[in-house]
Amino acid sequence: MKAYQRKLDIRNGCVDLSHGSGGRAMAQLISGLFHEAFGNEWLARGNDQSAFDVGAGRMVMTTDGYVVSPLFFPGGNIGSLAVHGTVNDIAMAGAKPLYLSASFIIEEGFRFADLKTIADSMGEAARTAGVHIITGDTKVVERGKADGLFISTSAVGIVPDGLDLSAENARVGDRVLISGTLGDHGVAIMSKRQNLAFETEIVSDSAALNDLVARMVEAGGAGIRLMRDPTRGGLAATLNEIAQQSRLGFHLREEEIPVKPGVAAACELLGLDPLHVANEGKLVAIVAPEIAGAVLAAMRAHPLGRDAADIGEAVADDHHFVQMATSFGGGRIVDWLSGEQLPRIC
Amino acid sequence: MKYADEFRDKEIALGLAKTIRAETHPGRPYRFMEFCGGHTHAISRYGLEDMLPSNVRMIHGPGCPVCVLPAGRIDMAIRLAERSEVILCVYGDLMRVPGSQGASLLKAKARGADVRMVYSTIDAVRIAQENPEREIVFFAIGFETTTPPTAVMIRLVEKKQLSNFSVFCNHVLTPPAMQNILESPDIRSIGRVEIDGFVGPAHVSTIIGTAPYEFFAEEFGKPVVISGFEPLDMMQAILMLVRQVNENRHEVENQYSRAVTRDGNLRAKEEVSDIFELRDQFEWRGLGQVPYSGLKLKRAYAKYDAEVRFGMNELCVDDNPACECGAILRGVKKPVDCKLFGTVCTPETPMGSCMVSSEGACAAHWTYGRFRDHQQRRAS
Repeated sequence: MKAYQRKLDIRNGCVDLSHGSGGRAMAQLISGLFHEAFGNEWLARGNDQSAFDVGAGRMVMTTDGYVVSPLFFPGGNIGSLAVHGTVNDIAMAGAKPLYLSASFIIEEGFRFADLKTIADSMGEAARTAGVHIITGDTKVVERGKADGLFISTSAVGIVPDGLDLSAENARVGDRVLISGTLGDHGVAIMSKRQNLAFETEIVSDSAALNDLVARMVEAGGAGIRLMRDPTRGGLAATLNEIAQQSRLGFHLREEEIPVKPGVAAACELLGLDPLHVANEGKLVAIVAPEIAGAVLAAMRAHPLGRDAADIGEAVADDHHFVQMATSFGGGRIVDWLSGEQLPRIC
Repeated sequence: MKYADEFRDKEIALGLAKTIRAETHPGRPYRFMEFCGGHTHAISRYGLEDMLPSNVRMIHGPGCPVCVLPAGRIDMAIRLAERSEVILCVYGDLMRVPGSQGASLLKAKARGADVRMVYSTIDAVRIAQENPEREIVFFAIGFETTTPPTAVMIRLVEKKQLSNFSVFCNHVLTPPAMQNILESPDIRSIGRVEIDGFVGPAHVSTIIGTAPYEFFAEEFGKPVVISGFEPLDMMQAILMLVRQVNENRHEVENQYSRAVTRDGNLRAKEEVSDIFELRDQFEWRGLGQVPYSGLKLKRAYAKYDAEVRFGMNELCVDDNPACECGAILRGVKKPVDCKLFGTVCTPETPMGSCMVSSEGACAAHWTYGRFRDHQQRRAS
């Protein structure tokens, strides 16, 4: 006999400890909310794992945790971010992302309506990126033990033949390309932080870059040495990492680096450097000089690379400095961000 | 960006650089101290040094309120924050400032002290309203520019009749510190720091005006140019100083005429003098005790004074003996002259105060300019 179970009250209900206990309530949450949002043949089979065929070639795997605050921000939410960020980590190997896992740690009292919005955005982000969320996990913790919701996603993808992108591959003379304006995500998040709320039209750039990457790989092939998405720590941290790993330096030209006026203004106000501010839908590519033009053209032809720019080059430098000619006419280092990104006080 | 790009124009900058080069006498040194950390930051961030002739040297002064805060005051704040009833509200820059033995507010927070980062005095007042059962203390710091907001906050707290709010006052004053740099006997004994003129901070002068520097310029025979913080402002101010030096003048000139007047902001000055009074002396990291250089709350406002309310004792802590912050803040030494610079002392693990705030001379040089040290070494 099938037990009667009240429908999930998505509009008014909220998560309680029973939704993480392994009982019917949990099964209902998973099937009624997550499967609904992610809908695919793997989840439909209801196993603790999902099987998929492995083709020839090399695979890549990555994992990432998402603890963004606030959970909803202009241009996305923690769910879309959890898909985009992990898809992008796979894409930075030049790889085609295939399957994702998603793990949710939910604080009791979290509203079903919000959880549904977040799960739906994950489903939509996955469909847009052409990937499937094929396995997952749900845990519920007591009130006060998590800030609403944490999500962890992992992904696997497949690398095209002949491609081996890695941070130690940059060579002197290589060009530095970025796919668009810097700092949009960080500023969008900060504009909604408690104590800091300010009005801006800036929305997060959160987006899956795998299609852009595929176009770039078509245009540049093995001439692409490496790609990175400049998330926390911004472009500055990314280029410093690459400089260390490839044992060289970079020379950038500030006037070539695209920054939206709203982002520049917010950074000015808060005493931040746009080069330190996080991005979630941008990439930096280090490419051989002879294919730089073709790759840049391919980037600009893609909706996510319209503002792509060639911002500088790799140079020989034993100290692995990232230097920049300022638009004002002087020179300076672009250093790692130290500590938290804190506004100056006067 | 409107109202900013106009003051960062490369062509005008190159024109000013050319004029400075043309008007400086090649054999003569021009040593100018930019007092304020905001100027230090701008010089480094825009690479201004690259645009000046080699005989024009900018000496970085002690005008970063975070940098000059002595370790003892940080220790006092940590002790306060460790009290269970207290919520300490601070500006972000203060979190990592080293107290004694590597202590900091950030570490105290990790151990359980309730330290909250705020972006304005209004945030602190809101926290006080939201937590009537707790004691809210605002860590007030800064030069003349940030003192009026503290005064306004106290007025607001008074109006709202909040009984759980007080201020740990660390406000300091610019002119006495500049005077101290020129008067201090140990500078004279070292005898190496020659200053030919000062770039004065415009933001401070939007409040106090230019008049307080007139005595200083006259008494010490040094020109002062009050300058804005955009790179073109600074280039123009440097040119104005070069001209004064060449013409043997020592006047107070106002480059930032778009916001600064001789008398400053009368309303703000009135609010400040209603609520604050001079301390007999206040300790500056690097300068030691400087007479009449700090403010405290007047007796009538003692109930808002955390030092009175919590019976806080003044703590004095010696800086690391190898740390050269003192000499660097006075312009006697450069960051690279310090053994700790870039070895054990970096922005991640600051030993001295100059490395903490991005406006500190060491942090600015480390973050933006250290590639020049290697270039110079190679060239020599």
